[in-house]
Amino acid sequence: MTAEAEQLTAHRPAPVAPRVHKGRYSLARTLKYVGLIFFLIVVLIPVYVLLVTSFKGTGDADPSRAWALPQIWTMENWATAWTTLAPAIGRTLAIVVPSSIISAFLGSLNGFVLSRWSFKGADIVFTLILFGMFIPYQAVMIPLTQLVLNLGIPTGVPTLIMLHVVYGIPITTLIFRNYYSTVPHELIEAGRVDGAGMLRTYWSIVLPISIPSFVVVLIWQFTSAWNDFLFAVFFSSSQNGPVTVALNNLANGALLQNYGVSMAGALFASLPTLIVYIILGKYFVGGLMSGSVKG
Amino acid sequence: MLNKLRRVGPPLLMLAPSLILLGVFVYGLIAANFTTSLTDNHTAAQATGQKPAVLVWFTNYIDLLASEDFQHSLMNLVLYTVVFLVGTMIMGFLWAWMLEKPVKGEGLFRSVYLFPMAVSFVASGVVWRWLLNSNQDEQASGLNRLFQIVGLDALQNNWWNNVTFGIIAIAIPAIWQLSGYVMALFLAGFRGIPEELREAARMDGASEWKLYRHVLFPQLSPVALSALIIIGHMSLKAFDLIMSISKPANYQTKVPAVDMFVFKSSFDYANAAAVGSILLIIVAIVIVPYLIRTNREEKR
Repeated sequence: MTAEAEQLTAHRPAPVAPRVHKGRYSLARTLKYVGLIFFLIVVLIPVYVLLVTSFKGTGDADPSRAWALPQIWTMENWATAWTTLAPAIGRTLAIVVPSSIISAFLGSLNGFVLSRWSFKGADIVFTLILFGMFIPYQAVMIPLTQLVLNLGIPTGVPTLIMLHVVYGIPITTLIFRNYYSTVPHELIEAGRVDGAGMLRTYWSIVLPISIPSFVVVLIWQFTSAWNDFLFAVFFSSSQNGPVTVALNNLANGALLQNYGVSMAGALFASLPTLIVYIILGKYFVGGLMSGSVKG
Repeated sequence: MLNKLRRVGPPLLMLAPSLILLGVFVYGLIAANFTTSLTDNHTAAQATGQKPAVLVWFTNYIDLLASEDFQHSLMNLVLYTVVFLVGTMIMGFLWAWMLEKPVKGEGLFRSVYLFPMAVSFVASGVVWRWLLNSNQDEQASGLNRLFQIVGLDALQNNWWNNVTFGIIAIAIPAIWQLSGYVMALFLAGFRGIPEELREAARMDGASEWKLYRHVLFPQLSPVALSALIIIGHMSLKAFDLIMSISKPANYQTKVPAVDMFVFKSSFDYANAAAVGSILLIIVAIVIVPYLIRTNREEKR
């Protein structure tokens, strides 16, 4: 059955002629499930590889056993990976938590002003802010290293906090602006009529209804800062940098290549964002959606 | 005058911290980077300011674009971007299309398809380096071994070690990672189409194909454009994957972002800056019209 025929049957409204098309209908359904499960397996292949390899000892090194389960299950790789990466994971938290909170707060202020306390030229200002989201950071990296040096900010955690705050502003502004655009005008006008100033209006009316957006923005910022490698590799080392740099060092390091350890390390490095994704998946997707400019 | 100040003053004051930061860190640094790219700042002594750098105008750009080495990087970027875009759009649309109508276990499929997005390129690069191992036959591990197991021996290849097309192997993990994102965008697009629209088309006797061609596809095209822009500009993220799967020094997989890193590491700031500016121009050609168009549409 061709894909087109499948479309025809799968989407024909059942009530019209359920009996005639029942056979084809269920065949199309079966094909769809086969497809869905096939892709499910394909997407999960790297997960299988990661888990299996991370439990293998040196006895399983032969390539012929590459896809087989471990002969002897060992936790050794996990222990090595943890002791190597634990300090870097701590530093990543120290970078990611403050930078997410600060950039979320700045984004909320900007979003409120740009959508609800607007002024002439606000659109141009917004577009100028938004452009910062799309620039390839390679285009600022050289003078940025010099600026950081001149400002005297130590490399590693402090520099990376600052950079994630600054370069996070465009996306956080975008998400909050889109969200506040959906807030009824009357709500804010009511504040204006009462004579409340802008800050009062923001503090007592806007901020309390912003919780859902804060969750979306915080998750987005947390994930992208946690997974950042570009800024990390330019502004830190495996001694003072986040887990992406430490992991890359572990996997590509001078040590003989031990895939078991680096795969266990890869899982440690991904666990926080995966947990966030599993628990707060709905909000995570919300952030993804706002990544498209129109929100 | 005072009235106007009272109206415009507070909002501008509130925006001020962000505007100053972005003014310096985005626009100021872009200008500074461009200035550096016009000098002969090629040595460590010049990079640290011990020796002066001299203005050479566009010499660095001309030399870069004329060098076979950099042309290879640009070609790799083009190849990577095309494969990455086509791959994620096809997979993303296919998944969204399969999940658009109520399906049992929809939540599970959606979550699994989307989960790679939550993982860093560096972490997935660790696994993909193993999968894309270039050893074959007896020595094969990774995907080459899997091909043997399922009887598709002919598919074995040397992946990113191929000089001309190696970069395409790097696009595979990128497709794995971001197809779910495109799926989520398309799913939101499908769900945003009012049911009445489909009903009306069916009442008019439109076949299912015509329904897609004339009703659903046009409704999805803004989503497709957004996806293209976002995924397209993410192709610059190839840097993370290359750094963790291949090596920055590997000729076969290098792209301009990698060149920039290598120049920076050897204190050739002028060339590093020039590569950065070239990337910026490439991105701006696509992004600026998109931003202007979006801005105009919102006003309507």
